[in-house]
Amino acid sequence: MKTNDKGVLTGTHNLSGNQACAEGALAAGCRFLSAYPIPPSIEVIERFTQRAKEVDAIFIQMEDEISVLAAVLGASWAGKKAMTVTSGPGLSLMMEHIGLGVMLETPCVIVNVQRCGPSEGIPNSPSQGDVMQARWGSHGDYEIIVIYPNSPQEMFTQTIEAFNLSEKYRTPVVILSDESLARMVEKVVIPPANKIILEPRKHYKGPKNKYLPFKYDKDLVPPMVNAGEGYKFHITGLTHDEKGYPVMNEECQELNVHRLVRKIRNYVDNITNIEEKNLSDAEIVVVSYGITSRTVDKALKQARKDGINVGSIRLITVWPFPDKEIMKLSKKVKAFIVPELNFGQILLEVQRCNYGNAKIRFVEYGHEEIQNSDPILNAIRSLTK
Amino acid sequence: MKNVKHPMDFYLRMDRMPHIWCTGCGIGLTATAFVAAMEKAKLDTNKVCVVSGIGCTGRFAGYIKLDSFHTTHGRAIPFATGLKLANPELKVVVVSGDGDLISIGGNHFIHAARRNIDMVVICVNNFIYAMTGGQVAPTTPLTAYTTTSPYGNFEPPSNIPQIAESSGAVYVARWTALHIRRLTNSIFEALNKPGFTVVEVISPCAQYYSRINRLGDGLDMMKFYHENSQIKHWEPTDNLYIDYQKEIIVGKFVDRERPTYSESYKKWLAE
Amino acid sequence: MKFWRRPLDIDEIKIPKGEVHIIKDRCKGCGFCVEYCPKEVLEISEEFNKMGYHPPYVKNPDNCLNCQLCEMLCPDFAIYCIEKEEEGIIA
Repeated sequence: MKTNDKGVLTGTHNLSGNQACAEGALAAGCRFLSAYPIPPSIEVIERFTQRAKEVDAIFIQMEDEISVLAAVLGASWAGKKAMTVTSGPGLSLMMEHIGLGVMLETPCVIVNVQRCGPSEGIPNSPSQGDVMQARWGSHGDYEIIVIYPNSPQEMFTQTIEAFNLSEKYRTPVVILSDESLARMVEKVVIPPANKIILEPRKHYKGPKNKYLPFKYDKDLVPPMVNAGEGYKFHITGLTHDEKGYPVMNEECQELNVHRLVRKIRNYVDNITNIEEKNLSDAEIVVVSYGITSRTVDKALKQARKDGINVGSIRLITVWPFPDKEIMKLSKKVKAFIVPELNFGQILLEVQRCNYGNAKIRFVEYGHEEIQNSDPILNAIRSLTK
Repeated sequence: MKNVKHPMDFYLRMDRMPHIWCTGCGIGLTATAFVAAMEKAKLDTNKVCVVSGIGCTGRFAGYIKLDSFHTTHGRAIPFATGLKLANPELKVVVVSGDGDLISIGGNHFIHAARRNIDMVVICVNNFIYAMTGGQVAPTTPLTAYTTTSPYGNFEPPSNIPQIAESSGAVYVARWTALHIRRLTNSIFEALNKPGFTVVEVISPCAQYYSRINRLGDGLDMMKFYHENSQIKHWEPTDNLYIDYQKEIIVGKFVDRERPTYSESYKKWLAE
Repeated sequence: MKFWRRPLDIDEIKIPKGEVHIIKDRCKGCGFCVEYCPKEVLEISEEFNKMGYHPPYVKNPDNCLNCQLCEMLCPDFAIYCIEKEEEGIIA
């Protein structure tokens, strides 16, 4: 499905990560943004509202983050592609509704521009402290897709990809960003509208009186309808059966709730998006994502110049985590290096998939020295001794 | 029994009847009034959405045969806001309890009223958190007993019509579940009026509120409402405080005009 | 009904007659219909329905005026009235 012309600002622009995110959303067909202003995500809202009039998009600033995500879910059920942007404290408030979005199988996109935490922390400094929270923050068993681009150009393309994944798997998708990525200005090339491919919403095509809101197809994703089309459906956040009625027993939990997990896990290979560099002869592999991956590039170039066989894996989709790839590599390579702007979150995942095979070195970054590639280079060199 | 078809069955999910509400519960009466008002208003049933929160009244959405949503506790109003703004043709009705709308959802109630979002809010006030076993609610009258106020409630209760009026609602009415025809009429007026309209229904809670406070059963509470409710239309909303087992003032208190959110939005877009 | 004077439109107005239908298995025995019927048409019966409650029964069917208050006051959608087609009785 090709995108509608109106939202696409074709051309070459200098955009910040936040602005590229707003442009990506508009190009993907997002016409509803609800948000609560929290730095460092405010520029997304500002860009969206400036462009809203020309594309007939709706923006509402709700009274708190809790109502923001509730409004996004409501708008999605009314048929619009909907999105919200927030930062750490806001994501913490949105947790209940992420759970509701997963349970109701509502497509929507939540952008979290990470800042230093915990609590208010430093509003205008980058960090990668919300990586685990984006996956495990809400209560109960569920799977969610989390994407973390590393440049404004990628913010644009991955925002469109996030909308596509959310429609395809009928799930909320979280896009992680951070203050550095949000505010860095780089060249962004926006292709013409007819080159952007969108995933259409899987709409039910059968007779109206036979519609069952949660009767799933072979791919475990039920077709959706919009409110106001005459299907008179009922949906609930309680464990429900195919009709959408609350049926709270174990059998129903297995059939309809565990399916929500399997819906993503069965298609991990299609969802996972990683960028591999120089892995064929690598003895040391740097596993990075987001803003730290920009610093890794510089260290890798230098290390290769020094003759060290180093490669890198960059996670573009952080969750579901690419278990299989890391496990395979752990049997081949000597060591993994995980640079993160936190106390070690993806480090735990790498350790889990490593099964003790390779060595793991954690490079802990502080937000002041994020551009400095020396710590990674030193870690690479120390592992070759 | 000649025919088992109740004239209101068209609006109900018959595969889920009988409903879970207790004997003598006023939520069933609210459902009857709502269905009768829908019948009278002759709205396009394909375009009406019912959103409810969590609680006894929260189960309302599950029994009405319209596009219905059973959302999280207290957040029915923002969910309904999203629905309405994304598709302005929808008629959105929020039916929820006093705890759901005024306690955890109080913030959203105030702001939706301030914005004058076009929706009908039916607040069923039974003075207690019934679904979870009878805990104190912000609307529980002074000195009443509940499971979390075992020595009597000492917190003064909220006055829902006053909150609604001061936040900017354009239509505010309160009726007891017994005033069934006037309640039906109020819901009918609220459905036809653009803007944020609030109808409060004082309902008996036959199993928790009346049992813990030794007030009899549902019928005894209804008789109490019959004798102790006074109809005073246009009464200033600060006089509508409810004391424990004292007079309840009912009627239509606010009916005014204000530009709705959608109207202001359209005007802004046109400029 | 006793009139103090003869109404001018007595030949035109017919007092309606209604027929009460009770869906026994939906009833939860709250007693609202019995209490608030203006003509005392209904009474709580001794029998049990499927759920173990005592539904009402029509004690005085001729008194029913099709006011439909029982239909409106039932929380369980278990009772409704239909207007009887036959001639209404005057006074």
